[in-house]
This record gives sequence, structure tokens and C-alpha cells, in this order.
Amino acid sequence: MYNQPLADPALIACQHCDLLQRLPDLAPGASARCPRCNKELWRRREDSLNRTLALTIAAALLYIIANSVPMLGLTIVGRNASTTVIGGARHLWDNNQVLVGVLVLFTAVVAPALQIGFMLAIVLGVHLKRTPRWVGTLLRHHPTTRTWSMIEVMMLGVLVALIKIADYATVIPGVALFVLWTLVFVLAAIQANFDPRLVWARVQWAESAPPADASSEHIAEGTS
Amino acid sequence: MSTAALMAMQEGLQSCDTCGLLSRPAVGDEEPRCPRCDEELAFRKHDSIQRTWAFLIGAAVCYIPANVLPVLTTTTASGADSDTILQGVVLLWSPTGWPLSLIVLVASIMIPSAKILALGYLLITTQNGSIKNNGQRVRLYRMVEFIGRWSMVDVFVDTFTAALIQLQPLMSVEPGPGLLFFAAVVVLTMLAVESFDPRLIWDSAIPKEVQYA
Repeated sequence: MYNQPLADPALIACQHCDLLQRLPDLAPGASARCPRCNKELWRRREDSLNRTLALTIAAALLYIIANSVPMLGLTIVGRNASTTVIGGARHLWDNNQVLVGVLVLFTAVVAPALQIGFMLAIVLGVHLKRTPRWVGTLLRHHPTTRTWSMIEVMMLGVLVALIKIADYATVIPGVALFVLWTLVFVLAAIQANFDPRLVWARVQWAESAPPADASSEHIAEGTS
Repeated sequence: MSTAALMAMQEGLQSCDTCGLLSRPAVGDEEPRCPRCDEELAFRKHDSIQRTWAFLIGAAVCYIPANVLPVLTTTTASGADSDTILQGVVLLWSPTGWPLSLIVLVASIMIPSAKILALGYLLITTQNGSIKNNGQRVRLYRMVEFIGRWSMVDVFVDTFTAALIQLQPLMSVEPGPGLLFFAAVVVLTMLAVESFDPRLIWDSAIPKEVQYA
């Protein structure tokens, strides 16, 4: 059963303390915070959708390169070895560490792919004349993919492993290593430019009729 | 904010966790849903306290084998050598390697234990209906939420060390049984953070008769 939306779309509740308040109109780059718990409620981004689209295309290309070439190699007394990101997960899988292997594969390969793929579909969908329903579905699940996508954590781990191994062998940094570091910054830039409120405002509602004449609610006295 | 702070729940309004839309539930027993994004709605996350406790206790139980069992076994010509997380930190400690040792110490030992303690503190104070330090407690929650993923560092260190050092019979490194428990601690604490509803921190301050289920 669908809830009844409020007449005033600027009226919101803080997600961290449930304080009822009205979001102010913001200039690009400005942000609004909850007066009670200081949670950032909204940050308006400049040219959000175009910038996010450009950055996401870059991220998708970097991701493909990063997962098709070796990340780390080493030589020791004439012998060579190298590994990719997937190779690391696979080695765990092959050595009775199936669950950890799956976790590494998920956080380092699958979740980032979903994160980038969802974002690409979302910003492309918003550029269509009429934003389709599935944009909302993808946007709904995007935060989960972001929580479990841990490329930046992996890169810190790789750095530690690399310096550790350098004690025994000559480490050869692979192309993917540099590509992945770039990807870390591109993913952070996407996060800094994407404004989900903008997309939610355009998405088609799950309930067939949007609230053109929603009965007006008057609870403004405590919030303005 | 001229008058007393009012919570959406006190007005019978539900806020969507996913898209942020505020809406009023229709009268009836049916599951309330967000009219914009179709998400199931509730005034507070379902069984937040119980679910958070369950994940947290699971994490605390796994924390012990994670630190006692070896995470890496190094096999060389002179024999096999197993290291726990803490032994790994000690091994890394050297005049040049101490910054790395510090990263592993903070990410693998300090962050997981601090997370478990912080979540336990948040749960107990919320259950006791504390109305003190609400601002600080919600900030602690946000810190735990932000920092939690970084404990995965050690899992990645061990993964790539083991994947690379496969130079039999010279030297090979294999992941140990502790790694699974350690990964479980990270995942379970992340799930605990997601289950906790920080709005519960603020609920104690409102009179019981206006609280909804």
C-alpha cells in the first residue's frame, strides 16, 4: 500500500535523527546540514549529471583495463610471477579459502562493476527525454554497491603487500596498479559530483499517479 | 528552529531511507511503501536493536579466532612458519617498515575492536533510554560507519601476498584459517552498522505515548 506524499516536497526528516525540517533552496556547491545532529542533508552540485556521466565513462574504461592486465609481478633468482586482481581471489578459492575468495572477488571486482554500471545506467537514463522507472530501481540499490566496493581499501592492502614482498624479491608494478590508483580518484570524484536528489526529482513514481493534488499537510509551525 | 524540535514519527510521517521522500502511511494493515521509489517503509528500521546485537555478538565471537589463529603460513626450504595478525605487525616493525606496521596495527587490530566497543556502547545507551550526549553518540555512529571498511586492508594484504609468493620449493605463502574469521569480523561489524538505526538515539527524549511501533 503506497503512502500519501506530502504537498510540500521540501519537507524532509533527517535520516540520522528524524528531525522534521524544510530543505532550503541551495546555490550550486552549497550544502544543508541538520541543525540538531549535523548530518549533511543535501549538497547541491554544479552541472552534476554531465560531470557524473563523463567521470563514469572514464571509470568504466579504467575498470576494464584494470581487470585485464597484471597488477603486480615479482622476480626472484630468475623466476617470475605475476597476478591480477581476479588472480588473487582465485588463489584463495583454489587453496581452501573459498569464502574469503568470494569476499575478495565481490568487494574488489563485482561490487565496483555494479557500482560503475549502475551509475552509468542512471546518468544515461536521466539524459533520456522521460526518465524511466528502472533508473529509480538502480538508484535504490546503488548505495549498497558503494558500501561493498572497496577498491581504495584494496589499493592500501596492495601497497602494504608490495613493500612487504620487496624485502625478498624485486617487485614489478603492473599497469593495472597505476590504472587502479587512478580509478580510486575517479570514483571519489563521481561521489563528489553526483546529486541523487536531482535524479529522484525526475524519476517516474512507483505509484502511477504523482502527487499533483496531494492533500495539503500543515505541520510547518515547528519546522520553519 | 524557533519552537521545540519535532520528529517525523511524532507527526505520523515516514521518511524513506532510500530516496528521502517524506510520506504519510495510509490507514490499514498493509505494508507501507514509498510512493516514489517503492521501498518498504517503517518509522524505524525493523528489529534494529536485536539485529545489531546479533551481528555484533557474532563479530565478537569471531574476533577471538581471528587473532589467535594464523592468517599466513610461509613455507621455505628451512620449514613452515605461521603468523597471526599481531605477529605480522611485529614482523613488519623495522626502522624503515614501521609505517606499514602501523597501518596494519590500526586497520586490523584497533579499528575492529574499537568498532565492537563503540557499537556495544551505542546499543546499551539506546536500550537504557539515555538522553545524554546524543550529538556525540550519533557522531560516533557516523565515524564507525565511515571507518569500518578499512579493516579489510589485511584481507587484501594476505590475498595478494599469497597469490604472488608461489615459488615452490624456494618459498611459498598460503592464507591461514584465521583469515576467514578476520574477514567475518569485518563483514559482521559492517552489517551491524547497517542494522543500527541512529534515530533510536533521539527517540528516548520524546514522551512514550506519541511513539509508534
